[in-house]
Amino acid sequence: MKKSIIRLDNVKKTYFIGDIEVPAVRGISLEVKKGEFMALVGPSGCGKSTLMNLVGALDIPTEGRIFLEDKDIAQMSESTLANVRGKKIGFIFQQFNLISTLDALGNVVLPMIFQGYNEAKRTARAERLLKMVGLGERMHHKPNELSGGQQQRVAIARALANNPDMILADEPTGNLDSKSGRQIMDLLGHLHLKEGKTIVMVTHDLHLVHYAHRVIHLKDGLVLKERIISKDHHHGER
Amino acid sequence: MIKDYTKFAFRTFKVRGIRTFLTMLGIFVGIAAIVSLISLGQGLENAITEQFEMLGTNKIIISPAGTFFGFGGEASSDLTEDDLDVINKVKGVKTAGGMLFKFANVKFGNEIKYTFVIGLPLDESGQIIQDLSGFDVDKGRDLKEGDKYKVTVGDFLAQGDFFEKKVQIRDKIEIEGQEFAVIGQVARIGNPADDSQVYIPMETARELFDEPLKLDFIMLEGVKGIDMSALAEDIEKDLRKHREVDEGEEDFNVQTFEELMDTYSTILVIVQAVLIGIASISLLVGGVGIMNTMYTSVLERTNEIGVMKAIGAQNKDILAIFLIESGFLGLIGGVIGILIGVGIGKLVEFGAAQQGLDILKASFPWYLIVGALLFSFLVGAISGVAPARQASKLKPVDALRYE
Repeated sequence: MKKSIIRLDNVKKTYFIGDIEVPAVRGISLEVKKGEFMALVGPSGCGKSTLMNLVGALDIPTEGRIFLEDKDIAQMSESTLANVRGKKIGFIFQQFNLISTLDALGNVVLPMIFQGYNEAKRTARAERLLKMVGLGERMHHKPNELSGGQQQRVAIARALANNPDMILADEPTGNLDSKSGRQIMDLLGHLHLKEGKTIVMVTHDLHLVHYAHRVIHLKDGLVLKERIISKDHHHGER
Repeated sequence: MIKDYTKFAFRTFKVRGIRTFLTMLGIFVGIAAIVSLISLGQGLENAITEQFEMLGTNKIIISPAGTFFGFGGEASSDLTEDDLDVINKVKGVKTAGGMLFKFANVKFGNEIKYTFVIGLPLDESGQIIQDLSGFDVDKGRDLKEGDKYKVTVGDFLAQGDFFEKKVQIRDKIEIEGQEFAVIGQVARIGNPADDSQVYIPMETARELFDEPLKLDFIMLEGVKGIDMSALAEDIEKDLRKHREVDEGEEDFNVQTFEELMDTYSTILVIVQAVLIGIASISLLVGGVGIMNTMYTSVLERTNEIGVMKAIGAQNKDILAIFLIESGFLGLIGGVIGILIGVGIGKLVEFGAAQQGLDILKASFPWYLIVGALLFSFLVGAISGVAPARQASKLKPVDALRYE
């Protein structure tokens, strides 16, 4: 049995808007295993953003428990959780979310600063990662000097900085044209197949699910169905 | 890590140049004011101390009550030659001398101006007056016994800063209509009032101004090794008896140089404290400015804070990032403020020298500079505490969702 990275045990998350209860996630159990490529799909309002925050250990559930490497995140202090998150999970956002005042290299170095790597080590690693995503020539460009696709590649390099167990991608192509979007998906597919990275992707775009091994369809805060796609099906290498 | 966060702060300053400058403005106005005020105050104190040390501490000045160092206000009761005789008889007095001065008209060529005319005793007691007043003839000769209508002139007159033409030795000037021959020029003392004076023999002054007995103040030197405050008390006692006044109701002041120095220092400290208090208000306002900017910054960068937390920043990292930023806002403001303050200090020094007040040297001791730097950093950092705490406490999900 493959090692579990994060496990959700009958998790519920309810928001309050004024006095009104809004159940966003109504009882989901799922487990992300090392080496898999999982897609969480569903229409908007199905609770996938909330679920993604929970899977990314950014949020604490209202009910149920979340285990990050078999440790209950509700028992961790905020600082420990931030530290563990920085080490174990790499985030890719729809809005790229790069720090605007830092250049590409600075953005990729940032997670390593928080983990206390020394300057020589983290710079060398950041340069290597940027070359890997094809931005070796643009390391000193600020985010506003890069195209959307390039920004997202910086974000991918940043997500890989601390060599995390899992990459969590929230609508990674949502703000990109179809060509850039395909390049980003190919890059993620490559990371999964060639580098053995665990990837969890949240999307509403059903065209992207064929990159995944396991597709979980959500509706109204619950798992509607789960689908396994053949493991020797090679994608993204076209 | 602190090095990295410092780099972050400087990048932010660069991106938000105008806002950064405006925020620092509040700090550097305050620091500039404080640095220039302290440097000038310190310079003034140094000048005073230096002058007193030059004169020695075994001196006492006696002046009529209601005046300060002989100047200002009508004396309630004049000192006279009789008082000088009493003082000369007190045990421990080495030499004592008196001085008379009058604000009088002085004519040179066709120009008539008013200045202080000093009557100097020509016996050995004249020397102590010269020592204590710090003047020395550097060209021509001193007044000596037997001189009658002879005058020595201050440096302003000699340099042509008082009258349109320079007053040279062997020139004639008229004082209250009486012609005097110029025999000497007094070396520059360093302040315009003293350098504009003219000096005539005491006896001539008594005749000219019709003041047979009056002395504006009396100065004396104690014998070597004597306790000056004890001597001052003895003089006070004898003068009380002679002038028939009770203790506590003296119409005269007896001050040792040490007391005089303390008096000056105390006044200076009070004046400085008031000025620095006022300048501090501007620093306080500057601090509030930093706080305001930091709150705005936290709000603007909420999303960024969320991202940093998502990629592993702990609360203490966020706290440090914002504290360092606000601390440097203060510190850089302080550096600029110090530069401006030093500039103002030097400018005032230069201006004073232009006016003849060249004893005033702005002084910048290391503790003033270091203190100002430390203080400006602290103002910045403390102003940043509340905004930085707010930033560090943001929940990553909420911060990420913030647009």
